[in-house]
Amino acid sequence: MSKPYYDAADLRKFGKITEWSEELGTKFFDYYGKVFEEGALTAREKSLIALAVAHTEQCPYCIDAYTKDTLQRGITKEQMMEAIHVGAAIKSGATLVHGVQMMNKVNKLDG
Amino acid sequence: MATKSLKKLGNNLAQSNKQLEILSNGIFKSGKLPTFKDKISETSQFPIKAKKLEILQINVGYMCNQVCDHCHVDAGPDRKEIMTRDTMRQCLEVIKNSGAHTLDLTGGAPEMNPDFRWFVEEASKVGITDFIVRSNLTIIRANKKYYDLPEFFKKHNVHVVSSMPHWTRGKTDKQRGDGVFDKSIKALQELNAVGYGMPGSDLRLDLVYNPSGAFLPGDQVAMEKDFKKALMDDFGIEFHNLFAITNLPIARFLDYLIASENYEDYMYSLVEAYNPAAVENVMCTNTLSISWDGYLFDCDFNQMLELPVNSKSRHISEFNEELLEGRNIVISQHCYGCTAGAGSSCQGVVA
Ligand code: SF4
Ligand code: SF4
Repeated sequence: MSKPYYDAADLRKFGKITEWSEELGTKFFDYYGKVFEEGALTAREKSLIALAVAHTEQCPYCIDAYTKDTLQRGITKEQMMEAIHVGAAIKSGATLVHGVQMMNKVNKLDG
Repeated sequence: MATKSLKKLGNNLAQSNKQLEILSNGIFKSGKLPTFKDKISETSQFPIKAKKLEILQINVGYMCNQVCDHCHVDAGPDRKEIMTRDTMRQCLEVIKNSGAHTLDLTGGAPEMNPDFRWFVEEASKVGITDFIVRSNLTIIRANKKYYDLPEFFKKHNVHVVSSMPHWTRGKTDKQRGDGVFDKSIKALQELNAVGYGMPGSDLRLDLVYNPSGAFLPGDQVAMEKDFKKALMDDFGIEFHNLFAITNLPIARFLDYLIASENYEDYMYSLVEAYNPAAVENVMCTNTLSISWDGYLFDCDFNQMLELPVNSKSRHISEFNEELLEGRNIVISQHCYGCTAGAGSSCQGVVA
Protein backbone atom coordinates (compact mmCIF):
# COMPACT_ATOMS: atom_id res chain seq x y z
CA MET A 1 0.00 0.00 0.00
CA SER A 2 1.49 3.31 -0.95
CA LYS A 3 0.75 6.27 1.25
CA PRO A 4 1.66 9.83 0.40
CA TYR A 5 4.41 11.37 2.51
CA TYR A 6 2.31 14.44 3.15
CA ASP A 7 -1.26 14.32 4.47
CA ALA A 8 -3.12 17.66 4.67
CA ALA A 9 -4.92 16.49 7.79
CA ASP A 10 -1.55 16.16 9.59
CA LEU A 11 -1.35 19.93 9.88
CA ARG A 12 -4.08 19.76 12.51
CA LYS A 13 -1.86 17.44 14.54
CA PHE A 14 1.05 19.88 14.57
CA GLY A 15 0.35 20.75 18.21
CA LYS A 16 1.01 17.14 19.18
CA ILE A 17 4.77 17.56 18.80
CA THR A 18 4.74 18.89 22.37
CA GLU A 19 3.66 15.45 23.57
CA TRP A 20 7.11 13.99 22.99
CA SER A 21 9.05 17.00 24.15
CA GLU A 22 6.87 19.23 26.19
CA GLU A 23 9.25 22.01 27.13
CA LEU A 24 10.79 22.53 23.72
CA GLY A 25 7.47 22.17 21.95
CA THR A 26 5.74 24.68 24.20
CA LYS A 27 8.62 27.13 23.89
CA PHE A 28 8.47 26.83 20.12
CA PHE A 29 4.72 27.50 19.94
CA ASP A 30 4.99 30.43 22.35
CA TYR A 31 7.75 31.88 20.22
CA TYR A 32 5.83 31.20 17.01
CA GLY A 33 2.71 32.91 18.34
CA LYS A 34 4.70 35.90 19.49
CA VAL A 35 6.46 36.29 16.14
CA PHE A 36 3.16 36.71 14.33
CA GLU A 37 1.69 39.26 16.70
CA GLU A 38 1.25 42.83 15.56
CA GLY A 39 4.63 44.53 16.14
CA ALA A 40 6.89 46.88 14.21
CA LEU A 41 5.44 44.98 11.26
CA THR A 42 1.69 44.50 10.93
CA ALA A 43 0.22 41.02 11.24
CA ARG A 44 -0.76 41.40 7.60
CA GLU A 45 2.80 42.09 6.47
CA LYS A 46 4.04 39.12 8.48
CA SER A 47 1.43 36.91 6.88
CA LEU A 48 2.63 37.85 3.39
CA ILE A 49 6.26 37.24 4.34
CA ALA A 50 5.25 33.85 5.74
CA LEU A 51 3.44 33.02 2.52
CA ALA A 52 6.51 33.85 0.43
CA VAL A 53 8.84 31.89 2.71
CA ALA A 54 6.40 28.96 2.80
CA HIS A 55 6.97 28.71 -0.93
CA THR A 56 10.73 29.07 -0.91
CA GLU A 57 10.78 26.40 1.82
CA GLN A 58 8.30 24.44 -0.29
CA CYS A 59 6.40 23.34 2.78
CA PRO A 60 2.92 22.19 1.75
CA TYR A 61 1.56 22.62 5.27
CA CYS A 62 2.78 26.21 5.49
CA ILE A 63 1.45 26.94 2.02
CA ASP A 64 -2.02 25.71 3.03
CA ALA A 65 -1.90 27.58 6.30
CA TYR A 66 -0.69 30.92 4.97
CA THR A 67 -2.84 30.88 1.86
CA LYS A 68 -5.80 30.66 4.21
CA ASP A 69 -4.34 33.20 6.58
CA THR A 70 -3.72 35.77 3.85
CA LEU A 71 -7.22 35.20 2.43
CA GLN A 72 -8.66 35.81 5.89
CA ARG A 73 -6.85 39.10 6.04
CA GLY A 74 -8.50 40.23 2.81
CA ILE A 75 -5.26 39.96 0.81
CA THR A 76 -6.00 39.53 -2.89
CA LYS A 77 -4.69 36.74 -5.08
CA GLU A 78 -2.66 39.26 -7.08
CA GLN A 79 -0.91 40.36 -3.89
CA MET A 80 -0.29 36.74 -2.91
CA MET A 81 1.24 35.93 -6.27
CA GLU A 82 3.47 39.00 -6.12
CA ALA A 83 4.68 37.95 -2.69
CA ILE A 84 5.61 34.53 -4.06
CA HIS A 85 7.49 36.18 -6.90
CA VAL A 86 9.53 38.08 -4.33
CA GLY A 87 10.48 34.73 -2.81
CA ALA A 88 11.17 33.25 -6.23
CA ALA A 89 13.28 36.23 -7.27
CA ILE A 90 15.45 35.90 -4.19
CA LYS A 91 15.75 32.16 -4.81
CA SER A 92 16.80 32.58 -8.41
CA GLY A 93 18.99 35.54 -7.53
CA ALA A 94 20.69 33.43 -4.91
CA THR A 95 21.31 30.74 -7.52
CA LEU A 96 22.55 33.11 -10.16
CA VAL A 97 24.77 35.20 -7.93
CA HIS A 98 26.77 32.02 -7.36
CA GLY A 99 27.50 32.24 -11.03
CA VAL A 100 30.14 34.75 -10.03
CA GLN A 101 31.84 32.05 -8.02
CA MET A 102 31.79 29.82 -11.07
CA MET A 103 33.22 32.61 -13.19
CA ASN A 104 35.95 33.29 -10.64
CA LYS A 105 36.91 29.64 -10.63
CA VAL A 106 36.90 29.34 -14.42
CA ASN A 107 39.05 32.45 -14.68
CA LYS A 108 41.50 31.02 -12.16
CA LEU A 109 41.72 27.54 -13.66
CA ASP A 110 41.43 28.40 -17.30
CA GLY A 111 42.97 31.84 -17.34
CA MET B 1 -22.68 33.02 -9.97
CA ALA B 2 -26.05 31.40 -9.38
CA THR B 3 -29.17 32.79 -11.01
CA LYS B 4 -31.74 30.66 -9.18
CA SER B 5 -32.34 29.80 -5.55
CA LEU B 6 -31.74 26.24 -4.32
CA LYS B 7 -35.46 26.10 -3.73
CA LYS B 8 -36.24 26.90 -7.35
CA LEU B 9 -33.62 24.40 -8.51
CA GLY B 10 -35.26 21.70 -6.41
CA ASN B 11 -31.94 21.16 -4.62
CA ASN B 12 -32.14 18.84 -1.62
CA LEU B 13 -30.49 21.44 0.55
CA ALA B 14 -33.45 23.77 0.09
CA GLN B 15 -35.04 21.57 2.74
CA SER B 16 -34.05 22.61 6.22
CA ASN B 17 -34.25 19.08 7.60
CA LYS B 18 -31.66 17.91 5.05
CA GLN B 19 -29.33 20.66 6.21
CA LEU B 20 -29.82 19.71 9.84
CA GLU B 21 -29.16 16.10 8.96
CA ILE B 22 -25.82 16.98 7.41
CA LEU B 23 -24.92 19.13 10.41
CA SER B 24 -25.67 16.27 12.79
CA ASN B 25 -24.14 13.37 10.89
CA GLY B 26 -20.65 12.68 9.55
CA ILE B 27 -17.81 14.17 11.58
CA PHE B 28 -20.14 15.11 14.43
CA LYS B 29 -21.85 11.77 14.66
CA SER B 30 -18.59 9.82 14.51
CA GLY B 31 -17.22 11.96 17.33
CA LYS B 32 -14.32 13.35 15.28
CA LEU B 33 -15.59 16.76 16.28
CA PRO B 34 -17.65 17.56 19.38
CA THR B 35 -21.23 18.71 18.86
CA PHE B 36 -21.93 22.32 19.78
CA LYS B 37 -23.90 21.12 22.77
CA ASP B 38 -20.96 19.07 24.06
CA LYS B 39 -18.56 21.90 23.43
CA ILE B 40 -20.49 24.53 25.36
CA SER B 41 -21.18 21.97 28.09
CA GLU B 42 -17.40 21.75 28.70
CA THR B 43 -17.57 25.26 30.11
CA SER B 44 -21.03 24.79 31.68
CA GLN B 45 -22.61 27.13 29.16
CA PHE B 46 -25.38 24.75 28.13
CA PRO B 47 -28.21 25.58 27.76
CA ILE B 48 -27.86 29.06 26.30
CA LYS B 49 -30.66 31.15 27.72
CA ALA B 50 -32.33 34.21 26.25
CA LYS B 51 -31.78 37.36 28.28
CA LYS B 52 -33.79 40.54 28.05
CA LEU B 53 -35.02 41.29 24.54
CA GLU B 54 -33.10 44.17 22.96
CA ILE B 55 -33.27 43.62 19.23
CA LEU B 56 -36.17 42.63 17.01
CA GLN B 57 -35.01 41.43 13.63
CA ILE B 58 -37.78 41.18 11.10
CA ASN B 59 -37.32 39.33 7.84
CA VAL B 60 -39.83 40.96 5.49
CA GLY B 61 -39.30 38.42 2.71
CA TYR B 62 -36.84 36.20 0.89
CA MET B 63 -37.13 37.97 -2.46
CA CYS B 64 -33.90 39.60 -3.60
CA ASN B 65 -32.53 41.26 -6.73
CA GLN B 66 -29.31 39.30 -6.23
CA VAL B 67 -28.52 35.60 -5.94
CA CYS B 68 -25.26 35.66 -4.01
CA ASP B 69 -23.34 32.41 -3.95
CA HIS B 70 -23.21 32.13 -0.18
CA CYS B 71 -26.57 33.50 0.87
CA HIS B 72 -27.80 31.86 4.08
CA VAL B 73 -31.36 32.87 3.18
CA ASP B 74 -31.26 31.20 -0.24
CA ALA B 75 -32.77 34.48 -1.43
CA GLY B 76 -33.38 35.47 -5.03
CA PRO B 77 -35.83 36.97 -7.50
CA ASP B 78 -37.70 33.65 -7.62
CA ARG B 79 -38.54 33.56 -3.89
CA LYS B 80 -42.14 34.49 -3.27
CA GLU B 81 -42.23 34.51 0.55
CA ILE B 82 -43.17 38.10 1.39
CA MET B 83 -44.51 39.61 4.60
CA THR B 84 -48.05 40.98 4.29
CA ARG B 85 -49.24 44.29 5.68
CA ASP B 86 -51.35 42.41 8.21
CA THR B 87 -48.32 40.69 9.68
CA MET B 88 -46.50 44.04 9.62
CA ARG B 89 -49.33 45.51 11.68
CA GLN B 90 -48.88 42.76 14.23
CA CYS B 91 -45.14 43.48 14.28
CA LEU B 92 -45.83 47.17 14.90
CA GLU B 93 -47.94 46.27 17.93
CA VAL B 94 -45.11 44.21 19.31
CA ILE B 95 -42.55 46.92 18.64
CA LYS B 96 -44.71 49.45 20.49
CA ASN B 97 -45.13 47.26 23.52
CA SER B 98 -41.79 45.50 23.77
CA GLY B 99 -38.67 46.70 25.53
CA ALA B 100 -36.54 46.28 22.41
CA HIS B 101 -34.45 49.33 21.57
CA THR B 102 -33.37 48.16 18.12
CA LEU B 103 -35.44 47.22 15.11
CA ASP B 104 -33.57 45.47 12.32
CA LEU B 105 -35.25 44.90 8.94
CA THR B 106 -33.72 42.28 6.73
CA GLY B 107 -34.53 39.96 3.82
CA GLY B 108 -33.81 39.15 0.92
CA ALA B 109 -33.84 42.73 -0.18
CA PRO B 110 -36.35 44.28 2.25
CA GLU B 111 -36.96 47.14 -0.16
CA MET B 112 -38.61 44.72 -2.61
CA ASN B 113 -41.52 44.09 -0.28
CA PRO B 114 -44.36 46.22 -1.74
CA ASP B 115 -45.28 47.42 1.76
CA PHE B 116 -41.70 48.20 2.76
CA ARG B 117 -42.07 51.98 2.69
CA TRP B 118 -45.35 51.90 4.53
CA PHE B 119 -43.78 49.72 7.21
CA VAL B 120 -40.72 51.98 7.60
CA GLU B 121 -42.94 55.06 7.88
CA GLU B 122 -45.10 53.45 10.54
CA ALA B 123 -42.21 51.90 12.45
CA SER B 124 -40.25 55.14 12.54
CA LYS B 125 -43.14 56.75 14.43
CA VAL B 126 -42.84 54.26 17.27
CA GLY B 127 -39.72 55.88 18.63
CA ILE B 128 -37.23 53.05 18.44
CA THR B 129 -33.64 54.08 19.31
CA ASP B 130 -31.87 52.32 16.49
CA PHE B 131 -33.78 51.51 13.32
CA ILE B 132 -31.68 49.38 10.99
CA VAL B 133 -32.40 48.44 7.39
CA ARG B 134 -30.08 45.86 5.83
CA SER B 135 -29.72 47.08 2.29
CA ASN B 136 -27.64 45.23 -0.26
CA LEU B 137 -26.71 48.53 -2.01
CA THR B 138 -27.30 47.32 -5.57
CA ILE B 139 -31.05 47.56 -5.00
CA ILE B 140 -30.64 51.34 -4.90
CA ARG B 141 -29.40 51.18 -8.49
CA ALA B 142 -31.56 48.24 -9.63
CA ASN B 143 -34.54 50.20 -10.84
CA LYS B 144 -35.64 53.84 -11.08
CA LYS B 145 -38.25 53.30 -8.39
CA TYR B 146 -35.47 52.69 -5.87
CA TYR B 147 -33.27 55.67 -6.83
CA ASP B 148 -34.69 57.83 -4.03
CA LEU B 149 -33.99 55.26 -1.29
CA PRO B 150 -31.08 57.27 0.21
CA GLU B 151 -33.43 60.25 0.67
CA PHE B 152 -36.16 57.98 1.99
CA PHE B 153 -33.80 56.39 4.53
CA LYS B 154 -32.63 59.82 5.59
CA LYS B 155 -36.16 61.10 6.07
CA HIS B 156 -36.90 58.31 8.51
CA ASN B 157 -33.49 58.37 10.17
CA VAL B 158 -32.82 54.79 9.21
CA HIS B 159 -29.47 53.24 10.10
CA VAL B 160 -28.22 51.64 6.89
CA VAL B 161 -26.19 48.44 7.13
CA SER B 162 -24.90 47.16 3.81
CA SER B 163 -22.86 44.22 2.69
CA MET B 164 -19.62 44.80 0.85
CA PRO B 165 -17.59 41.64 0.34
CA HIS B 166 -14.35 43.34 -0.60
CA TRP B 167 -12.81 46.63 -1.62
CA THR B 168 -11.80 45.23 -4.99
CA ARG B 169 -14.05 44.61 -7.97
CA GLY B 170 -12.79 41.08 -8.64
CA LYS B 171 -13.51 39.63 -5.23
CA THR B 172 -16.85 41.39 -4.91
CA ASP B 173 -18.22 40.32 -8.26
CA LYS B 174 -17.03 36.75 -7.79
CA GLN B 175 -19.22 36.40 -4.70
CA ARG B 176 -22.16 38.57 -5.62
CA GLY B 177 -22.31 38.69 -9.39
CA ASP B 178 -20.98 40.76 -12.28
CA GLY B 179 -21.46 44.48 -11.96
CA VAL B 180 -22.25 44.33 -8.24
CA PHE B 181 -19.09 46.18 -7.28
CA ASP B 182 -19.65 49.18 -9.55
CA LYS B 183 -23.30 49.46 -8.52
CA SER B 184 -22.41 49.19 -4.84
CA ILE B 185 -19.80 51.93 -5.17
CA LYS B 186 -22.30 54.18 -6.88
CA ALA B 187 -24.88 53.48 -4.17
CA LEU B 188 -22.36 54.24 -1.42
CA GLN B 189 -21.47 57.53 -3.09
CA GLU B 190 -25.15 58.43 -3.23
CA LEU B 191 -25.58 57.57 0.45
CA ASN B 192 -22.56 59.75 1.24
CA ALA B 193 -24.04 62.56 -0.83
CA VAL B 194 -27.12 62.80 1.40
CA GLY B 195 -24.95 62.64 4.52
CA TYR B 196 -24.78 58.91 5.28
CA GLY B 197 -21.53 57.61 6.72
CA MET B 198 -19.85 61.00 6.93
CA PRO B 199 -17.58 61.63 9.94
CA GLY B 200 -19.70 62.90 12.83
CA SER B 201 -22.96 62.37 10.93
CA ASP B 202 -25.97 60.92 12.77
CA LEU B 203 -26.95 59.16 9.58
CA ARG B 204 -25.26 55.84 10.29
CA LEU B 205 -23.83 53.80 7.46
CA ASP B 206 -22.08 50.57 8.42
CA LEU B 207 -20.71 47.90 6.16
CA VAL B 208 -20.80 44.14 6.58
CA TYR B 209 -17.91 42.04 5.40
CA ASN B 210 -18.19 38.29 5.10
CA PRO B 211 -15.52 36.09 3.50
CA SER B 212 -15.89 35.14 -0.15
CA GLY B 213 -15.06 31.48 0.47
CA ALA B 214 -14.35 28.70 2.92
CA PHE B 215 -12.32 30.73 5.38
CA LEU B 216 -13.02 32.82 8.46
CA PRO B 217 -13.06 36.60 8.59
CA GLY B 218 -9.88 38.34 9.73
CA ASP B 219 -9.60 40.80 12.57
CA GLN B 220 -12.48 43.28 12.36
CA VAL B 221 -10.42 46.32 13.32
CA ALA B 222 -7.71 45.58 10.76
CA MET B 223 -10.28 44.86 8.05
CA GLU B 224 -12.09 48.11 8.80
CA LYS B 225 -8.83 50.01 8.42
CA ASP B 226 -8.13 48.37 5.06
CA PHE B 227 -11.68 48.94 3.80
CA LYS B 228 -11.65 52.58 4.88
CA LYS B 229 -8.35 53.31 3.25
CA ALA B 230 -9.16 51.56 -0.01
CA LEU B 231 -12.68 52.97 -0.40
CA MET B 232 -11.45 56.47 0.42
CA ASP B 233 -8.35 56.35 -1.82
CA ASP B 234 -10.10 54.78 -4.78
CA PHE B 235 -13.59 56.27 -4.61
CA GLY B 236 -13.70 58.97 -1.92
CA ILE B 237 -16.22 56.89 0.05
CA GLU B 238 -16.81 57.26 3.81
CA PHE B 239 -18.58 54.89 6.16
CA HIS B 240 -18.75 54.44 9.91
CA ASN B 241 -18.02 50.87 11.01
CA LEU B 242 -17.27 47.53 9.46
CA PHE B 243 -18.86 44.37 10.88
CA ALA B 244 -16.90 41.22 10.09
CA ILE B 245 -19.32 38.30 9.96
CA THR B 246 -18.56 34.59 9.75
CA ASN B 247 -20.43 32.56 7.13
CA LEU B 248 -22.61 29.96 8.81
CA PRO B 249 -22.78 26.51 7.22
CA ILE B 250 -26.39 26.64 6.08
CA ALA B 251 -28.34 27.03 2.81
CA ARG B 252 -26.25 28.12 -0.19
CA PHE B 253 -23.05 28.40 1.83
CA LEU B 254 -23.49 24.82 3.02
CA ASP B 255 -24.17 23.75 -0.55
CA TYR B 256 -20.99 25.51 -1.66
CA LEU B 257 -18.94 23.93 1.16
CA ILE B 258 -20.07 20.47 0.21
CA ALA B 259 -19.74 20.93 -3.55
CA SER B 260 -16.22 22.35 -3.18
CA GLU B 261 -15.22 19.62 -0.69
CA ASN B 262 -14.51 22.21 1.96
CA TYR B 263 -17.21 21.20 4.42
CA GLU B 264 -15.08 19.15 6.83
CA ASP B 265 -12.15 21.54 6.83
CA TYR B 266 -14.46 24.47 7.38
CA MET B 267 -16.13 22.80 10.35
CA TYR B 268 -12.68 22.01 11.76
CA SER B 269 -11.72 25.69 11.41
CA LEU B 270 -14.88 26.76 13.20
CA VAL B 271 -14.38 24.30 16.03
CA GLU B 272 -10.67 25.11 16.36
CA ALA B 273 -11.52 28.81 16.60
CA TYR B 274 -14.22 28.16 19.22
CA ASN B 275 -14.15 30.88 21.87
CA PRO B 276 -16.17 30.30 25.04
CA ALA B 277 -16.20 34.05 25.74
CA ALA B 278 -18.18 34.58 22.54
CA VAL B 279 -20.88 32.18 23.75
CA GLU B 280 -21.84 34.68 26.46
CA ASN B 281 -22.90 37.22 23.86
CA VAL B 282 -24.21 35.27 20.89
CA MET B 283 -26.94 37.36 19.36
CA CYS B 284 -29.79 34.99 20.16
CA THR B 285 -29.36 36.00 23.80
CA ASN B 286 -30.84 39.45 23.15
CA THR B 287 -32.48 39.15 19.73
CA LEU B 288 -35.65 37.67 18.34
CA SER B 289 -36.09 36.95 14.68
CA ILE B 290 -39.51 37.18 13.03
CA SER B 291 -40.15 35.46 9.72
CA TRP B 292 -42.17 36.79 6.79
CA ASP B 293 -45.17 34.78 7.99
CA GLY B 294 -44.89 35.98 11.58
CA TYR B 295 -43.20 33.06 13.32
CA LEU B 296 -40.60 33.62 16.02
CA PHE B 297 -37.04 32.28 15.95
CA ASP B 298 -33.91 32.66 18.05
CA CYS B 299 -32.07 34.13 15.07
CA ASP B 300 -32.27 34.52 11.29
CA PHE B 301 -30.22 31.33 10.89
CA ASN B 302 -32.61 29.24 12.95
CA GLN B 303 -35.40 30.78 10.89
CA MET B 304 -33.80 29.41 7.72
CA LEU B 305 -33.35 26.02 9.39
CA GLU B 306 -36.98 26.19 10.52
CA LEU B 307 -36.02 25.65 14.15
CA PRO B 308 -38.81 27.46 16.02
CA VAL B 309 -38.34 29.14 19.40
CA ASN B 310 -38.58 26.85 22.37
CA SER B 311 -41.55 28.66 23.93
CA LYS B 312 -45.31 28.63 24.03
CA SER B 313 -45.17 32.02 22.36
CA ARG B 314 -44.30 30.98 18.81
CA HIS B 315 -46.02 33.49 16.58
CA ILE B 316 -46.18 37.26 16.49
CA SER B 317 -49.94 37.03 17.12
CA GLU B 318 -49.26 35.42 20.50
CA PHE B 319 -46.13 37.38 21.35
CA ASN B 320 -45.34 37.27 25.04
CA GLU B 321 -42.07 38.87 26.09
CA GLU B 322 -42.14 37.38 29.59
CA LEU B 323 -42.63 33.88 28.26
CA LEU B 324 -39.84 34.30 25.76
CA GLU B 325 -37.30 35.67 28.22
CA GLY B 326 -35.22 32.91 29.76
CA ARG B 327 -36.16 30.39 27.07
CA ASN B 328 -33.56 27.83 26.09
CA ILE B 329 -32.01 28.63 22.73
CA VAL B 330 -32.33 25.95 20.06
CA ILE B 331 -28.85 25.01 18.86
CA SER B 332 -27.10 22.84 16.33
CA GLN B 333 -23.64 22.68 14.80
CA HIS B 334 -24.21 25.82 12.68
CA CYS B 335 -23.91 27.74 15.98
CA TYR B 336 -20.13 27.25 15.83
CA GLY B 337 -20.24 30.06 13.27
CA CYS B 338 -21.28 32.49 16.02
CA THR B 339 -18.52 31.51 18.44
CA ALA B 340 -15.42 31.33 16.24
CA GLY B 341 -12.61 33.73 17.12
CA ALA B 342 -13.98 37.04 18.29
CA GLY B 343 -17.48 35.71 17.62
CA SER B 344 -19.93 36.82 14.99
CA SER B 345 -23.36 38.42 14.99
CA CYS B 346 -25.33 40.73 12.73
CA GLN B 347 -23.47 43.56 14.50
CA GLY B 348 -20.05 42.00 13.97
CA VAL B 349 -17.76 40.60 16.66
CA VAL B 350 -19.12 39.93 20.15
CA ALA B 351 -16.05 39.07 22.22
S1 SF4 C 1 -26.77 37.64 0.54
FE1 SF4 C 1 -28.22 39.37 0.72
S2 SF4 C 1 -28.05 40.39 -1.27
FE2 SF4 C 1 -27.21 38.34 -1.54
S3 SF4 C 1 -28.89 37.05 -2.25
FE3 SF4 C 1 -28.82 36.87 -0.01
S4 SF4 C 1 -30.22 38.41 0.72
FE4 SF4 C 1 -29.78 38.94 -1.39
S1 SF4 D 1 -26.81 30.34 15.14
FE1 SF4 D 1 -28.48 31.42 16.16
S2 SF4 D 1 -29.01 30.06 17.83
FE2 SF4 D 1 -27.00 29.44 17.19
S3 SF4 D 1 -25.59 30.63 18.50
FE3 SF4 D 1 -25.90 31.77 16.60
S4 SF4 D 1 -27.52 33.20 17.08
FE4 SF4 D 1 -27.60 31.58 18.63
